[in-house]
Amino acid sequence: MTDKAGRDRTLQSRTVLVRRHSLVTRITHWLNAVNLLLLLMSGLQIFNAHPELYWGQYGADGDPAVLTIGARETESGLSGFIRAGEAELSTTGVLGVSRSDGEPTVRAFPAWITLPSYQDLGAGRGWHFLFAWFFVLNGLVYLSSSFLSGHFRRNLAPVRGQFSLRHLAREIADHARLRFPEGDAARHYNALQKLTYLIVIFLMLPAMLLTGLTMSPGMDAALPWLVDLFGGRQSARTIHFVTASLLALFVFVHVAMVVLSGPWNNLRSMVTGQYAIRYREPRS
Amino acid sequence: MTEKPFSRRLLLAGGALGAGAAAFALNADLVSRVALTGAGKLTLSAQRLLLGRGALAREFGEKDISPTFRVNGTSRPESEDYARLAEGNFADWRLRIDGLVDRPMELSLADLKKLPARTQITRHDCVEGWSAIGKWTGVPLGLLLTAAGLKPGARYAIFYCADELEQSFDGSGRYYESIDLVDAFHPQTILAYAMNNADLTVGHGAPLRLRVERQLGYKQAKYLMRIEIADGFGRLWGGKGGYWEDRGYQWYAGI
Repeated sequence: MTDKAGRDRTLQSRTVLVRRHSLVTRITHWLNAVNLLLLLMSGLQIFNAHPELYWGQYGADGDPAVLTIGARETESGLSGFIRAGEAELSTTGVLGVSRSDGEPTVRAFPAWITLPSYQDLGAGRGWHFLFAWFFVLNGLVYLSSSFLSGHFRRNLAPVRGQFSLRHLAREIADHARLRFPEGDAARHYNALQKLTYLIVIFLMLPAMLLTGLTMSPGMDAALPWLVDLFGGRQSARTIHFVTASLLALFVFVHVAMVVLSGPWNNLRSMVTGQYAIRYREPRS
Repeated sequence: MTEKPFSRRLLLAGGALGAGAAAFALNADLVSRVALTGAGKLTLSAQRLLLGRGALAREFGEKDISPTFRVNGTSRPESEDYARLAEGNFADWRLRIDGLVDRPMELSLADLKKLPARTQITRHDCVEGWSAIGKWTGVPLGLLLTAAGLKPGARYAIFYCADELEQSFDGSGRYYESIDLVDAFHPQTILAYAMNNADLTVGHGAPLRLRVERQLGYKQAKYLMRIEIADGFGRLWGGKGGYWEDRGYQWYAGI
């Protein structure tokens, strides 16, 4: 028997509130969101000072670039572009050339996404390093508390077979159909969540910090292995930019998933800690 | 375990956040200035802790030298005095070392070249993000400061340059820089008169430029005319210790 919405009427649903996120996770999550946003915006301000990326120990105008965001004069006015190797894409209006005070202006990233909005490398650096300190302190609180409380072992470590290709393929197929876990399965992160969060927490965010430090001539003198780890200061700068772009992509997908799998329930769980799980059971 | 939706802890955290936001709204300029200055000082202290006095910047081999080394900032000082010095191949140029020293001195380029020299192939990192590797030869600054003898109270070396990046009546557009004595006595801190086995070109700061290898490019003052040893730099122009520092850049440029 099914009702109009196609639901099985022999089943009734029951909602249970569980405690999903600890207080430390909730606070550090939101502080991290603010820190990453301001780091991205001030980072793009810094990038705009020299919108070209290289590979190796050195790189400046005239050396082969792996990525360039630039502008050139054309008959129809200024034209912006992004170039990676041989491939070039016209990006007028957003990258290379964008409107600033109503006028088409040459700048890699547009004013609305940089901090400050106007060109000011010194101020951008000031904000970047301030929020880098906040990011590191906040991250240390999260990491140490999560190791001690067993959060990582309990919630993020994969259970047997969860990271097998077959299991991951099925989860990807489920996600693509927007079928999200219910009942007991929703009590735990699924394999895609675990994998993504592990990559972000233990690979991408540490890579951001380390590549950021590698750009500092002082840190390179103090910890020379940093330069070797990334194959040069300019490689580190490129990895810093690419990883930041991947993090922006992660946040985009993360927010999309939050919206698609029940925005209020997800938001409540990250604010108050309470997460509603729906069980479907036979009518008694 | 269940928890009330709005626990007291959450309320307290919210309150603290709100108070911070209110302080920011009331005087955003002051709060941000204090925060930014504080972060800068924290960076300097943390890096000094890790660096110690002696940690060296990486030195590269001949094959690592950049095929082209970008000329940045001033490419030729505009003053008549500098033009006259350049025309005479800097034979009449003198470097003055004065301030809080026992024996102020004036040195010609020939005097400097007679002194023990250090050659180093290092990476030059511009604050904008690019890097170039070059070979520098010059006199360790520590050697000259030891010879001059520092007076009690000496804390900074201030570098006065021949180039003016901005036209001004009060001299505030003139390039200058400052470093503290930890960097001044660092073995790789040299006054370079040669680059890539040739005399320093005008574009790269002839006849003499500073190399302070654990900091960014704007610290590497070109066209040196005078080094003053002082107890502070607050009395100079913008009071921040350098041309770019007076325009919002960090005094400590190790990051």
